[in-house]
Amino acid sequence: MAGKHKTERPVLVGRATRILVLLGGILLAASLCNATTPSENAVPSIFDPRSTQAESIYHLSRFVLAITGLIFLVVFSLLAYVVIKFRNRTVDATSEPAQVYGSTQIELAWTVIPILIVVVLFLATARVIHAIQDAPKPAAAVEVTAIGHQFWWEFRYPALGIVTANELHIPVSDPAHPTPTFLKLLSADTDHSFWVPQLAGKTDLIPNKVNETWIDSHQTGVFLGQCAQYCGTQHAKMLLRVSVDSPEEFQTWAQAEKQPANQDDREIAGKRVFERTACVNCHAIGATNATGHFGPDLTHLMSRHTIAAGAAENTKENLRLWIQNPDAIKPGSLMPAMKLSDVDLDALVRYLETLQ
Amino acid sequence: MSSDAMAIQTAEVRGAQPWVQTLHEWVTTVDHKRLGILYVLLALIFLIIGGIEATIIRIQLMRPHNDFVSPQVFNRMFTMHGTTMIFFVIMPVMFGFANYLVPLMIGARDMAFPRLNAFSFWLTAFGACLLYFSLIGGSGLYGAGNAPDVGWWAYAPLTSRAFSPGHSSDYWTIALLVSGFGSVGAGINIIGTILCMRCPGMKLGRMPLLAWLNLVMAGLVLITITPLSAAQIMLLVDRYLGGHFFDTQAGGSAALWMHFFWIFGHPEVYILVIPAFAFVSEIIPVFSRKPIFGYPVMVGATVAIAFVSLSVWAHHMFSIGMSSYSNSFFVLTTMVIAVPTGIKIFNWLGTMWGGKIQFKIPMLFCIGFLFQFLIAGLTGIMQGAAPFDWQLTGSYFVVAHFHYVIVGGIVFALFAAFYYWFPKITGRMLNETLGKLHFWLFLIGFHLTFDTMHIPGMLGMPRRIYTYEPGRGWDTWNLIVTIGAFIQGVAILVFVANLVFSYFSGPKAGNDPWDAWTLEWSVSSPPPAYNFASIPTVASRRPLWDRKHPEDPDSRYE
Repeated sequence: MAGKHKTERPVLVGRATRILVLLGGILLAASLCNATTPSENAVPSIFDPRSTQAESIYHLSRFVLAITGLIFLVVFSLLAYVVIKFRNRTVDATSEPAQVYGSTQIELAWTVIPILIVVVLFLATARVIHAIQDAPKPAAAVEVTAIGHQFWWEFRYPALGIVTANELHIPVSDPAHPTPTFLKLLSADTDHSFWVPQLAGKTDLIPNKVNETWIDSHQTGVFLGQCAQYCGTQHAKMLLRVSVDSPEEFQTWAQAEKQPANQDDREIAGKRVFERTACVNCHAIGATNATGHFGPDLTHLMSRHTIAAGAAENTKENLRLWIQNPDAIKPGSLMPAMKLSDVDLDALVRYLETLQ
Repeated sequence: MSSDAMAIQTAEVRGAQPWVQTLHEWVTTVDHKRLGILYVLLALIFLIIGGIEATIIRIQLMRPHNDFVSPQVFNRMFTMHGTTMIFFVIMPVMFGFANYLVPLMIGARDMAFPRLNAFSFWLTAFGACLLYFSLIGGSGLYGAGNAPDVGWWAYAPLTSRAFSPGHSSDYWTIALLVSGFGSVGAGINIIGTILCMRCPGMKLGRMPLLAWLNLVMAGLVLITITPLSAAQIMLLVDRYLGGHFFDTQAGGSAALWMHFFWIFGHPEVYILVIPAFAFVSEIIPVFSRKPIFGYPVMVGATVAIAFVSLSVWAHHMFSIGMSSYSNSFFVLTTMVIAVPTGIKIFNWLGTMWGGKIQFKIPMLFCIGFLFQFLIAGLTGIMQGAAPFDWQLTGSYFVVAHFHYVIVGGIVFALFAAFYYWFPKITGRMLNETLGKLHFWLFLIGFHLTFDTMHIPGMLGMPRRIYTYEPGRGWDTWNLIVTIGAFIQGVAILVFVANLVFSYFSGPKAGNDPWDAWTLEWSVSSPPPAYNFASIPTVASRRPLWDRKHPEDPDSRYE
């Protein structure tokens, strides 16, 4: 039986080590969550909120984390105590401990206390649900219709007459005169989900269903998100950028977007290529005969930083590659390989580059 | 010829019988013990297959912009991994243990419907084969096959013909339909057995908790597999008969499929976890040397969990744009379920309190279960708070959470069950050293993988993406997750090696190696055909305690 006692030691030591490693990991995680680069918002952490909605979720999450953390500490301490205190240390293996069958009082206590905790958590949660879902829409709100496509985002500003893709521009909201952006969420094909962790929790885009979410950000910057509901082969590269602009920047951007496409005929050869190939079936360019709407509107293609829903930077080389062999950037995307001659391809890319 | 001589001759004949005959015996068997073993073997085979799929997923996500597999292959891998692990690993293994143990523990000679039992098993096995036949026939046999790639929830309209041409989704649908009928058969059988086949003296209130919990599980199977099967049939009607239930392009509803799927899907979690509770409720008392604390409350809490679990399904759908009132309702029901679950954890702790805890391998796994199930429950509460869930759902946090439930909870309890009942099933003990190695490797691997996996989710990483951009703070965490997955893989290999090695050369177990109290330990290991030469009579919840302690039997206190 002495030998038995010895074998228990490593078990306990191992447990302690594991707990230390775990705690270390949690601390490391906590430190990393706060270590976001302020300018770029490269890490889209839910604990680094930059909008009214994301902040109220963040506050609720801190409350829930505090309560669950407390429960964890209490129950884990109990477990650790029981395992250490009541491990078998007796030399006499044949004797059994006192046989206890239960205790109504104790069981009642550990039923009632959790019920109280549940009531508190429910009330706190219901308040935030109401505040976010039933938020009134001020008159100054910007309205945007977001349409999910396999595998890109279409953004329409009905009041401004703007159609763009993948990079959403919204004005920063002054708490004194809030100008939140209200998004109507639709889908053209499968289910998608709009998620920009620092600005808004997920709301799905479901065909035949109209959903809504809103963003009220008090800080300018570019925030990253992506589709969060599996929507098909290229779900992974359905990325999303939200640019929160100062009111002046937003005005300038909106003015530029409202203009028809560049009409000068410097790159007439490339324009011809665009107009006589299948490009026009899917893409629209304002004030031309290209009116397709299966793919993104290209009227102001060069005002966007990325192509292929954020899968690549908007550079000459990437445009070339994307047109000639989309699978090299985004295998399984619905953009077909155009198989143009080098001359046509160069002309087309030069034309696209005039679409400021 | 004397009967002894005949027995010897039979034994010789059996020893020399061709393998075809052995195979024939196993394929045509209606014996509950053999069918139980078949279920478990089926599950073990698919555990290895599902594990390989998980490994492919983890290698691909090891670093950003990795190109180990194509997006198409990756999407098939996570669909097959999820479907396989839920329907063809955990469910069969639970039915297997229920099949093997329930008749032994309630003093019965077989299940109530032995032929239905065999039919149910073969339907499940056939469903599993159909799912994997998609690898050959998924494109309709004219090209290379492909496996389903619609995710294990197969959300509409991704499953419509427009977005899922070929037959891969059909194989998924029909595989679940067929194995679903198998599950319903198994459920009916478990209920019939428990209600009608108990030995004299075994009132419902004297049944071992394992029987009670499997009764509740079987009831849930009957209630929840039905809507799943209905939805599968509706999907087939959509795909082949021009129906428009889920076909959004013709006015169907994508949300309808979600409701159908999750009214099955959430109780399904409890179908998987209640048998795990059952194992823990049998094993903890034996290695604490005390009866279960608060037996009636444990039964009541289980029934309460099952009941409430039928009203929580839409917490999987907080982001689909339900009204604030619907969302609040499902927040409440979701949080309420924490109460009976909490009661269970406290009662297990109450059982250990004041006991003499023996750290045998089954008990080690049970303690791991308690620790991990606690954390899984708490991250569940976080996701129950709908606004918090708008950030967490669809991210790697959810993936970490449900693996915490399924691996940290259910699989740990399963390993406990393997180490605990293997001696009864085979007559030989599992190797203790390999067992410890298995436990520690798996524990370390599990925590490396699934503790870490919460973090990229909180940093904005969605699930089901085959690759990700560098520089978002996800890279290191994903690498650690992958390393942990490999450690778990090694641990599983150690476990399988232990099963094989101990089956052939483990020490003999004897009838009752753990000094336990339920009826299965009163018969030989492995138990004889038809279990009990004479049907036992019981007077308490621990019949073997009464036999071992005639001076102080339990029957005096119940």
